[in-house]
Amino acid sequence: MNNLYPLFNVIIALAAAPLMFGVINRIKAFFAGRKGPPLLQLYFDIWKLLRKGAVYSRTTGIFFRLAPSAGLIAVLTALLFIPCGAYPAVLFFPGDMVLVVYLLGAQRFCMLLAALDTGSSFEGMGAGRDAHFSVFSEAVLFLCLAAMSAASGSVSLNGMLFTAGGRIWQVSPPVLVVVVFVLYIVLLAENYRVPFDDPNTHLELTMIHEVMALDHGGPDLAMLEYAAALKFWILASLPAGLLFPHGMKPDFFGNAALFLGLIALTAALTGALESCAARLRLVKVPQMLTAAAALSVVALIFLAK
Amino acid sequence: MLDVILMLLVLFNLFSLGSTRISASIRVVAYQGAAIGVVPLFLPGKIPGGILVTIVLVTLLVKAGILPWFLRYAQKRVNVRREEKPFVGASASILSGVAALGTAFFISSRLPIPFAVASPFIVPVALSVSLTGFFIIISRAEALSQVIGYLILENGIYLFGIALLLEQPLLVELGMLLDVFVGIFVMGITVFHISREFEHTDTSRLSGLADWLPEVKRSE
Repeated sequence: MNNLYPLFNVIIALAAAPLMFGVINRIKAFFAGRKGPPLLQLYFDIWKLLRKGAVYSRTTGIFFRLAPSAGLIAVLTALLFIPCGAYPAVLFFPGDMVLVVYLLGAQRFCMLLAALDTGSSFEGMGAGRDAHFSVFSEAVLFLCLAAMSAASGSVSLNGMLFTAGGRIWQVSPPVLVVVVFVLYIVLLAENYRVPFDDPNTHLELTMIHEVMALDHGGPDLAMLEYAAALKFWILASLPAGLLFPHGMKPDFFGNAALFLGLIALTAALTGALESCAARLRLVKVPQMLTAAAALSVVALIFLAK
Repeated sequence: MLDVILMLLVLFNLFSLGSTRISASIRVVAYQGAAIGVVPLFLPGKIPGGILVTIVLVTLLVKAGILPWFLRYAQKRVNVRREEKPFVGASASILSGVAALGTAFFISSRLPIPFAVASPFIVPVALSVSLTGFFIIISRAEALSQVIGYLILENGIYLFGIALLLEQPLLVELGMLLDVFVGIFVMGITVFHISREFEHTDTSRLSGLADWLPEVKRSE
């Protein structure tokens, strides 16, 4: 039975990931003084979309039809490598962090291909921006993972976040706080949140993620949305895993509740940030990510000494 | 606790490298001075309590009080808000700062220190603060930014001093502080005079000064 616990944690992730966007939207509504959409709105949306048929433009080819499911599969595979609090990941091997980053990259690649496949100039612009910014955010993510592996002495996500437990904090707490901060910036950039992209905007000239999803409909859009929710969960699991109180030795349900709470806290923080901050100008985004990269290199230098 | 302060010092470094707004830079230098000012409290040493408190208070007063206030005053007098045309852009400056930190760690790993220091990070951080100061001096065109760079450089030297020379030369440190104090005052007054004479404080244009100027240049 104990061997099945990691799998249950994956199921919790699959079930609870869309909830996080509900949390973000409720927090934003609270800041704006509105009632806001229900917490389960994304579940309703996905359910509605799944029952619809898909419409394909005549200019699109095979990539447009394949990309949503291929992207979802990539993210689902990456989820298997993420440890959940006091329980290990389903799969792990030395160096799996590289695979996880590239699985997320593969999902992005599918999105870009599908967006370019539509032949729409706006989607091309969105894809171009996404490719441009991902060059920076992927590098920052790798630097953070390198800093974490320098602190824990392990090259697998499971080793950093589960096996090392709380010991990772004994090396140098202030430096690890910086790593958590930079991981949060990566989370915002990779999930197209404010200040890197505004999920509310629907002006084609400014958006990134929304414009790439414009031409998808029905089950394809449902898969895109679900993959986005899972990606948020995966990237939020990294800082949540670092901050997880390993000393408490929780049982299975306590562990799941704690981990869910940490991720919901990340989502709430994102919602609060989105209510208080404005989107950066597009030219400023690489500068912001360069600063984040500088912080992660500083952390790496401190931890590697 | 010492490591938290040292990490903060590095973050202040990166921030001052990335900001082109003079008032923000002055504020960051004040924070950095305050952070460096309290470092002696966390060093294991044989300094008597009274002297220690005096040192900390004097440093805080000068580095986080008088000098930033004076820089702010000079900034208001010469009326410059931001570094318009730095020789090196913000992103490149930040990356240079990271490179400086790497260099500092490399140098300090090769630098044999004959006695134990409070933290393995204190020497590399002191070196990197100094290098950052140097970099700001050479990469900025605005005279006030260069004064800020000089202040950061001095912060690094001060950190190096209190980290390594724990026992007696505190008097030397105080003397140095006085030197810097006078230096910043002289620089501030000079900046003010430059701005009154030329209506700008862009030092890159000052290098073109001569007794004799061709007619074309005079029209500037």
